[in-house]
Amino acid sequence: MKTERISGSEAIIKCLLAEGVDILYGYPGGAIMPVYDELYKYQDKIHHVLTRHEQGATHAAQGYARISGKVGVAMATSGPGATNLITGIADAQIDSTPMVCITGQVPSHLLGSDAFQETDIVGISTPVTKWNHQVTKASEIPEVMAKAFYIAKSGRPGPVLIDITKDAQFEELDFKYEKCKGVRSYKPVPDTDIESVKEAAELINNAKKPMIVWGQGVVLSEAEKELIEVIEKAEIPSAWTILGASAVPTSHPLNIGMVGMHGNYAPNILTNECDVLIAIGMRFDDRVTGSLNTYAKQAKVIHFEIDPAEVDKNVKTDVAVLGDAKASLKELLPLLNANSHPEWLQRFKDLYKIEFDKVINKDINPTKEGLTMGEVLKEINIQSKGEAAIVSDVGQHQMIACRYAEFNTTKSNITSGGLGTMGFALPAAIGAKMAAPNREVVAIIGDGGYQMTIQELGTIFQQRVPVKIVVLNNEFLGMVRQWQQLFFDKRYASTEMVNPDFVAIAKGYHIEAQKVTKRDDLKTAVKEMIDFDGPYFLEVCVEKEDNVFPMIPSGASVSDIRLE
Amino acid sequence: MEEKQLYTVSIYTENTIGLLNRISAIFQRRHINVESLNTSVSEIEGVSRFTIVVKVTQEQIKKIIGQIEKQVEVIKAYYHRDEDIIYQESCIFKIKSDLLFEERDIQNIIKESNARIVTVNKKFFVLEKSGRRAEVELLHRELSAFGIMQFVRSGRIAVSKEPMEISKMLAAFNAN
Repeated sequence: MKTERISGSEAIIKCLLAEGVDILYGYPGGAIMPVYDELYKYQDKIHHVLTRHEQGATHAAQGYARISGKVGVAMATSGPGATNLITGIADAQIDSTPMVCITGQVPSHLLGSDAFQETDIVGISTPVTKWNHQVTKASEIPEVMAKAFYIAKSGRPGPVLIDITKDAQFEELDFKYEKCKGVRSYKPVPDTDIESVKEAAELINNAKKPMIVWGQGVVLSEAEKELIEVIEKAEIPSAWTILGASAVPTSHPLNIGMVGMHGNYAPNILTNECDVLIAIGMRFDDRVTGSLNTYAKQAKVIHFEIDPAEVDKNVKTDVAVLGDAKASLKELLPLLNANSHPEWLQRFKDLYKIEFDKVINKDINPTKEGLTMGEVLKEINIQSKGEAAIVSDVGQHQMIACRYAEFNTTKSNITSGGLGTMGFALPAAIGAKMAAPNREVVAIIGDGGYQMTIQELGTIFQQRVPVKIVVLNNEFLGMVRQWQQLFFDKRYASTEMVNPDFVAIAKGYHIEAQKVTKRDDLKTAVKEMIDFDGPYFLEVCVEKEDNVFPMIPSGASVSDIRLE
Repeated sequence: MEEKQLYTVSIYTENTIGLLNRISAIFQRRHINVESLNTSVSEIEGVSRFTIVVKVTQEQIKKIIGQIEKQVEVIKAYYHRDEDIIYQESCIFKIKSDLLFEERDIQNIIKESNARIVTVNKKFFVLEKSGRRAEVELLHRELSAFGIMQFVRSGRIAVSKEPMEISKMLAAFNAN
């Protein structure tokens, strides 16, 4: 292969182009300036989005990755620029999001001298990255960048940070780029033992009361079709974790809803009644399982999993099927008997009826005076015809969004699951919309989280990103307030918010905005928002002290789920 | 709860900057104290070997091995109980030379412990002892009575009785 003599910083851009990167998010500064200078020259080929804070760049890259399945890219300078990336990196690590972060670093001869804006970002980011590396010589750049993209995307995806000293950006190298095909110490996908698939099939075929819980692994391996075939052939009621949402359409009759702390009543209760529990691409997070001592003890557990370290980590499995979900489910399908479980399915329907009467109906068809978050979601479902990608933040509104959003299309639920990062949604929605410009992207955010990254309105304005922003304003940090009400005798310590005029702020950024306080105005307002060609901000003032139910109190059993 | 015991972790890795930090973070995050840690070359050229001793339950050590193996630059990790390995520690004492000549007991202790005199000069002599922890500790106790100028002990190093088939794994990768 021919080489060309170019600078390290130009090499970085050429690596990004070779990896198919068309958009990246970042913030310039001293130690990354040579790269920005090249970005200026290459601006017709690669679009750099200036966020208003480096954390916003990471969340935007995450939103981009989650909706597209591609690697999101964020860039920052050394020191504070780099440390500001950490929350997004930690979020991407725990939610298995493919992301490459590039940071500038002080020149190599100044490393360790406490130079201006020097920080040990490789050390700091080590526990929250899948891999990280510091480059001090330009000649290392092509190989390291290729490895970064390969590691971020392959196997169980995750964030990679590459720290590049300023002298390496200036230095010249003989550039040629080869994509990484493998790393000898790293096996991204473990071999699938066909015997384990046969054992799984036998357990499923003999099950009277099988139940599937799938997670994001299905979305990441693009195994949605295979999953639906398995579900339908064996007629298995199937629930999802928060990050698994939208892999199977909401309307599918065997989609029985969300598991976990604020999940649906039936799948939580019946987790402790099923005879075979089939976990696919999920990791038995504590928000899913409640107390492990009382979780599915009666069931045989099958775990389809790509990451060997997840097997038996939280829940002991009877059969572990290692490997990629798509490949494993393909192997499983022909081994399954066509089956039906009408009585077992009826149990889910009966419990759904109870949940509908006690919770859902009141949430989405309220008769009391104040607006509910649930009815806002219902209206968004209607107006967007279930085609919107919902980007939610963290808290009550997030649980309501995940419970009530209707999904027809996969990769439509983008939220911070594992880390629970308030401030995620607004920048993530930017990334999602830019990666999928033809999709309707609706950010649903609480008044608390919104103010953690509200400055990204500037990015939306400057880039004219036509996202729809819905703030469900209850003038409280609602989820914390709910816990204070239920478990701390209503001592509302520092959870009440005195909020600014959100509409005025949006308008300050020249973003069309409107505020709704009455039920009668909701429908029209949501319609105007969805129909609007451009970014739009909608504030909905909801009941201040509504609670999210059902709820599994922290540390309780999934079958002790409360409806009120 | 299951009882804690000593486990010796052997990790074959690439030789890269920062991997020590990455591996030690796995223990730190779980609030586990590392009893001893040694890094060195291994029997395979270009492959490093960590030997780490920790006191944990079997359930914990299995999960820790999973987390260690997950690291991109780790080739393979193993854990062993003491009965499954041959292990040694090494220590060095610096002691006043006068004592060597004036205290008959010291000479006997050196003989009986199979310790080796590395060097002697007018001021001090240096004693080296390799063996199991108990032997090293016994020698330390015995010499403490006379006064020790400096003492240092290495981390445990160990080889397993059963093979660790790391070469095969690398050969398989190279074949692909």
